[in-house]
Amino acid sequence: MPKIRIDNQEYEVPEGANLLESCLSAGLDLPYFCWHPAMGSVGACRQCAVVQYQNEEDTRGRIVMGCMTPVTEGAIFSLTGDKASGFRQAVIESLMLNHPHDCAVCAEGGECHLQDMTVMVGHRDRRYRGLKKTHRNQYLGPLVHHEMNRCITCYRCTRYYRDYAGGTDLAAMASHDHVFFGRHDEGTLQSEFAGNLVEVCPTGVFTDKTLVGQYTRKWDLQSAPSVCVGCAVGCNTVPGERYGKVKRVHNRFNAEVNGYFLCDRGRYGSGYVNSDTRLPYPGMRGAEGRFTALNHHDALAEFERLTVGRRVAGIGSPRASVEANFLLRSLVGSDSFAPGVSEQEQPSLQRATALMRSTPARVPSLADIESADAILVLGDDVTHTAPRVALALRQSVRNRAYELAADMKLQPWQDAAIRNLAQEQRSPLVSVTPGSTRLDDVAERTLHLAPGEIAEFAFAVAAALSGGDSAGNPEAAAVAQMLRDARRPLIIAGTSLCEEALLDGAAAVAGALVSREADGTRAPMLSLVVPEANSLGQALLCGDDAPDLATLTARAEAGEIETLIVLENDLYRRGTGEEIDRLLDAVTTVIVLDGMDSATCSRADLVLPAASAIESEGTVVSMEGRAQRYYPVFVPGDERHSSLYWLLCCLKAADHKHFVDINHVDEVIAACASAVPALAGIVDAAPGGSYRSHGVRIPRQPHRYSGRTAMRANISVHEPKQPQDEESPLAYSMEGLNRDEPGSLLPFVWSPGWNSNQSLHKFQDEVGGALSGGTAGARLIEAAGPTTVPEAATPSSIDAATLELIPRPAIFGSDELSARSAGVRDLMPDAYLELSVADAKTLGVEAGDGVVLGGSDTAFEVRIDPSLRRGCVAYAPGLNGCIGLVPRSGVSLSMAPDWKRRDADLIARDGQEGSLS
Amino acid sequence: MTELIPALSDSEIAAIDAEIAHVPYRSAVAIDALKIVQAHRGWVSDESLRAIARHLEMSAEELDGVATFYNLIFRQPVGDRVILLCNSVTCWIKGCDKVQAAITENLGIGLGETTADNAFTLLPVTCLGACDRAPVMMVGDDLHQDLDPAEIEKALSGEPNRD
Amino acid sequence: MTDAPTHPLTRNVRPDRRPTDMAAYEANGGYNSLKTNIGQRTPAECLEIIKDSNLRGRGGAGFPTGMKWSFVPMDNATPGHKYLICNADEMEPGTFKDRLLMECDPHQLIEGMILSAYTLQADIAYIFIRAEYHKAIGLLREAITACHEKGYLGDNILGSGFSLEMHVHVSAGRYICGEETALISSLEGKRANPRAKPPFPQVSGLWGRPTIVNNVETLCNIHHILEFGADWFQALGKGEDAGTKLYGVSGRVKNPGCWELPIGTSIREIIEDHAGGMEDGYSLRGFLPGGGSTDFLTPEHLDLAMDYGTIGKAGSRMGTGTMIVLDDKTCPIGFIHNLTSFFARESCGFCTPCRDGLPWSAQVLESLENGDGRPEDLETLAYQIDYIGAIGNTHCALAPGAMEPVQSALKYFREDFEAHINEGCCPYERSASGGAVS
Repeated sequence: MPKIRIDNQEYEVPEGANLLESCLSAGLDLPYFCWHPAMGSVGACRQCAVVQYQNEEDTRGRIVMGCMTPVTEGAIFSLTGDKASGFRQAVIESLMLNHPHDCAVCAEGGECHLQDMTVMVGHRDRRYRGLKKTHRNQYLGPLVHHEMNRCITCYRCTRYYRDYAGGTDLAAMASHDHVFFGRHDEGTLQSEFAGNLVEVCPTGVFTDKTLVGQYTRKWDLQSAPSVCVGCAVGCNTVPGERYGKVKRVHNRFNAEVNGYFLCDRGRYGSGYVNSDTRLPYPGMRGAEGRFTALNHHDALAEFERLTVGRRVAGIGSPRASVEANFLLRSLVGSDSFAPGVSEQEQPSLQRATALMRSTPARVPSLADIESADAILVLGDDVTHTAPRVALALRQSVRNRAYELAADMKLQPWQDAAIRNLAQEQRSPLVSVTPGSTRLDDVAERTLHLAPGEIAEFAFAVAAALSGGDSAGNPEAAAVAQMLRDARRPLIIAGTSLCEEALLDGAAAVAGALVSREADGTRAPMLSLVVPEANSLGQALLCGDDAPDLATLTARAEAGEIETLIVLENDLYRRGTGEEIDRLLDAVTTVIVLDGMDSATCSRADLVLPAASAIESEGTVVSMEGRAQRYYPVFVPGDERHSSLYWLLCCLKAADHKHFVDINHVDEVIAACASAVPALAGIVDAAPGGSYRSHGVRIPRQPHRYSGRTAMRANISVHEPKQPQDEESPLAYSMEGLNRDEPGSLLPFVWSPGWNSNQSLHKFQDEVGGALSGGTAGARLIEAAGPTTVPEAATPSSIDAATLELIPRPAIFGSDELSARSAGVRDLMPDAYLELSVADAKTLGVEAGDGVVLGGSDTAFEVRIDPSLRRGCVAYAPGLNGCIGLVPRSGVSLSMAPDWKRRDADLIARDGQEGSLS
Repeated sequence: MTELIPALSDSEIAAIDAEIAHVPYRSAVAIDALKIVQAHRGWVSDESLRAIARHLEMSAEELDGVATFYNLIFRQPVGDRVILLCNSVTCWIKGCDKVQAAITENLGIGLGETTADNAFTLLPVTCLGACDRAPVMMVGDDLHQDLDPAEIEKALSGEPNRD
Repeated sequence: MTDAPTHPLTRNVRPDRRPTDMAAYEANGGYNSLKTNIGQRTPAECLEIIKDSNLRGRGGAGFPTGMKWSFVPMDNATPGHKYLICNADEMEPGTFKDRLLMECDPHQLIEGMILSAYTLQADIAYIFIRAEYHKAIGLLREAITACHEKGYLGDNILGSGFSLEMHVHVSAGRYICGEETALISSLEGKRANPRAKPPFPQVSGLWGRPTIVNNVETLCNIHHILEFGADWFQALGKGEDAGTKLYGVSGRVKNPGCWELPIGTSIREIIEDHAGGMEDGYSLRGFLPGGGSTDFLTPEHLDLAMDYGTIGKAGSRMGTGTMIVLDDKTCPIGFIHNLTSFFARESCGFCTPCRDGLPWSAQVLESLENGDGRPEDLETLAYQIDYIGAIGNTHCALAPGAMEPVQSALKYFREDFEAHINEGCCPYERSASGGAVS
């Protein structure tokens, strides 16, 4: 590692790093704007200027940009000298010429990197006497607020949005000091990752629109480490709360998972916690059919009365924690515990889990995915099923560029140079899906096949890799060659198509790559996307023998179930209405623990209001097999309690032998770990409740947290005692130290002089690297046991005469909870069916027309996906109107009678809006 | 839905495609395409811009970012003839401000403006590379040199320049 | 072989400036060099001659051409194109030499480019030309067509096995396109933001491929050097530098114009003999020796030789070699305000000191010129010069270049600044509104 001198102090710095990151890693405060640890350097803002001296004799030195200067052995720099600091002051002074100085009313205020840097360089007096330039702002949709006048033209927004995230509808316009960042015309930003602009922008140009209307300064937010429950990726988040409301969600850095970025479902999908459909009180259905609110003591008594000593079955949930599911399973017995997924999904989920545990390939983290140099995507449109994976894949395809750069001795942080060098050259990504996907723009090749055909294709690739005859399938042979040529080939498949054979096929390809590993340099990866935050945890908990919903129904109809306990699950999203009605009709009592009102709640006899993931502690297992713990950001209001609490109380009341002595979350976790070997590792997901940082609990509130005594003054002037957290190592307090704790316990980032999220580097040993306290989470399926590779499997098939109903989830709408959040709800489309051009023609329909599914009277709007495989009809599960559709069923379609086209009364407009396809 | 984007004309498409033939990817001809369409239509309207973007398989934003960068891509309507008045330093020494004043008096427009009859738009331009004959301007494709504010009418009348 | 010319660049320039066509060009020895070099000398031999000639880039920076070319990889290890680009985007204020070369003798440029491309083994060449040069654009396109007919361009030129495509790219404006990496961005159809170096275009330029960008005048020299030799070229210059140079003078001189003279001709000779001295009633206060982004020199410098080293030692740059003369009746503050506003408007908007610093300087100069200046404004200006004016402080050389006339004006014409502040108005009769307007 080279040694360099900065202001007469010697530092050892990483080989190949730039000076800015070296300085930050060394703990030196060097201001910057345009550089970003995930996006590298372009040298636009000139803020990180330092003086470099040629040698010992050089007394003048010259100004260089830290971000553009590679560190070399013996280099001599000055950060603090007048020349460098004067230059940095001048940069800020000129950046502020046109800045509106509207900090008081800016949603970025108090966590503004521009504010921090202004203070850091010591700029104060304004000499410019001219007029400020102004811009018109644009409407950018329900998620992101635009205030261009605050812009300092660092280009981070477009570099992130276009270069990093692949968005196309945000660009730098005009030139000189008129540069404007925005859209061609007003409208919703189309990228599913647009919300990151809020954190990427160093000032208040892009702010969180859902926060702007009810905003709270960062220092007044109470936060805790949390995990997004929007999908199975398990991105780490920091939700911020004030007045009992979730105000906003920020990214929580995890070097192996989400890095610096979230998807918009994750960022904006927590609004459900504030939803008015939240259940505040327990309710007991009276004889007249109405609910009566109960206090929680009475509710518990009812829960016990309806459970203890009865024939009870339970339905868990892949969106509830491992612990809550474990407790319900313990309460009802494993034979009577269904994982709570649809009949169609359950075998796929179990299969995916088994494959992940048996594959000789690595089940990759997101960081691993970003290192892939050839990618085969089978089935899933990952932007919609595991969005953050798609963003990672957009980085993987750049590995070709990094290879070219390495040949020219360019470092990966030399962002502009590498983009100019590589231009459109990418690492190969082949996407084999039923229709178009959001990654098609970076795909080398796309193939559009029906789910069963995709499985066959995968096996053909596997056969080609194993030296089989692939003459009959040149596409498969080409893909095999692409994977064979790669050092880190990645196979991605998912359960979204409910096709077990497809998962087998993916595992067969990965397995074939491993067995071909002759020289040991190839590290194949197999990533299987499962649908929900704890789908994998649930599968690991339940094993292969768990009953599915049909089994429970049969048993209920046989009179074997008196009480059915449903945990955080709306069963009507897990089957057809008739199926769920049959199940619920067949039992005497239905008890629902859930956070929000739902169709299932309407059928319940007792409803217990459950705290959300943001209000409770629990563990979820991501699609990578990473167990991660989330902690309550705030104490849930009213009579809400975590499902874990309700269930543990019930178990103890039932004198369940294993739970008599269990009183603490940690004990539940330990009990689960010992009862379920596959989940043994969850204990290591985060430290237990007894962990103390520097002798005290970790504060959830920054030390500037204000107004605590006044917050409830409208209710009572007597300040209540702060809530005590007996479970976790965190405190509802500003007292304590947010320092040196494990990565899994980081409640927010802040450091003296660094009020914005840029302070993160103060929590990293090496800027951009893992958190100093370690990466959050524990991998449960690392190199597990003996490996197997599946043999050819037979995909399911349907009658060729009918159309096949294909689930194609939508990022905004298919997830139950986020769909109840304001921003996401605004972006949810109405129910639609996607048809291929040929099928639409056969049916005589066009985009925008209406169709009905044979037998039903619900009409769907037609969308045409020109890429969609003929014979497939795609729908987005979870959208209103799509609830109850049976994935992979054969359907017939006909024109909807009395359909009114949505555009019928609109004046036709030009532009992209014009095309519904 | 009715497609109201004015399709590119055959000759525009042919000209753009000829450019595409010798670049590695379609969007690389963005500037040529904008100029081609501008040559046909006088300026690049939002609708034209979107049509070009679609033809080049790029977003309207990406193309607009390019279009608005360059001063000779007109994103607003311009008059039949564009006056490019050099106001760089030699022309300034030689009195381009007086020339500008004469134009304003004559046509009633200032920099960035178009006459009511749509005959002229007056724009400043970088040094025209004819400093030995300053002050100079271009009216349409014609370079006018050694401008005399008193005789500005002649230059504007379309009289052949004194080149 | 024709006799070695003394004025190679302008030997075909006629007094009436009528363009030289293929027939006339060939009649005067044109394309001799092409025929005697392509396939006769190896590219490596050609490169040696160019290196030996000591030709330096005529676009303003004066970098030795042979050395620049020597960074282009010649091993052809990676398959793909190599590019030669002629920078014909002449926009430097006060510069009007490339127009002359292209309008009067388009074939000269094309022959120079063919031989340059041959030396570099580039297979595609572009002429990047500003849109306002209609006449030159038409002539170059005609010339390219004529060359194709003659077999001087296209596949397998004169049976040598060397092939070259040549395109004229008409720019859409913006001064910054004259910066070679910005030009490359623009040629790729992007916003013309300059690129950080390294990597240099020689290894990663247009579309990521090896690329050489040279000025028109530089390229026009190449085939002459290859035809008449490095020694001949060296001997053309008067001092250390080699060859001839197009020198120009504009402003209030009797006979503004552009002349090909031995490099190293004295400034006095250029201004007094060729440009005829100052107009009657005007006297010389100073001049920018090589376009709008060079430092002022004053009458005390008149006897200096116009070459790279001498002008550099005097505190300025030879730049494009086209001088802008400041007379005693023109306000120096108005003069630099015009220039600074121009550069502020032509900033690409990428880096902060240029994008926001230049408008700030322009605003200070405007206040001064309008009589609103304050004594502390001079400190602010000096501060801005420090901030914006050094190469390396900014992403490219535009803003440091823009500061050159400002810093030297502050040095040589400080009394004018003070007078503006003290009198609360511009003391010059002709108070200019010369600021460039965007």
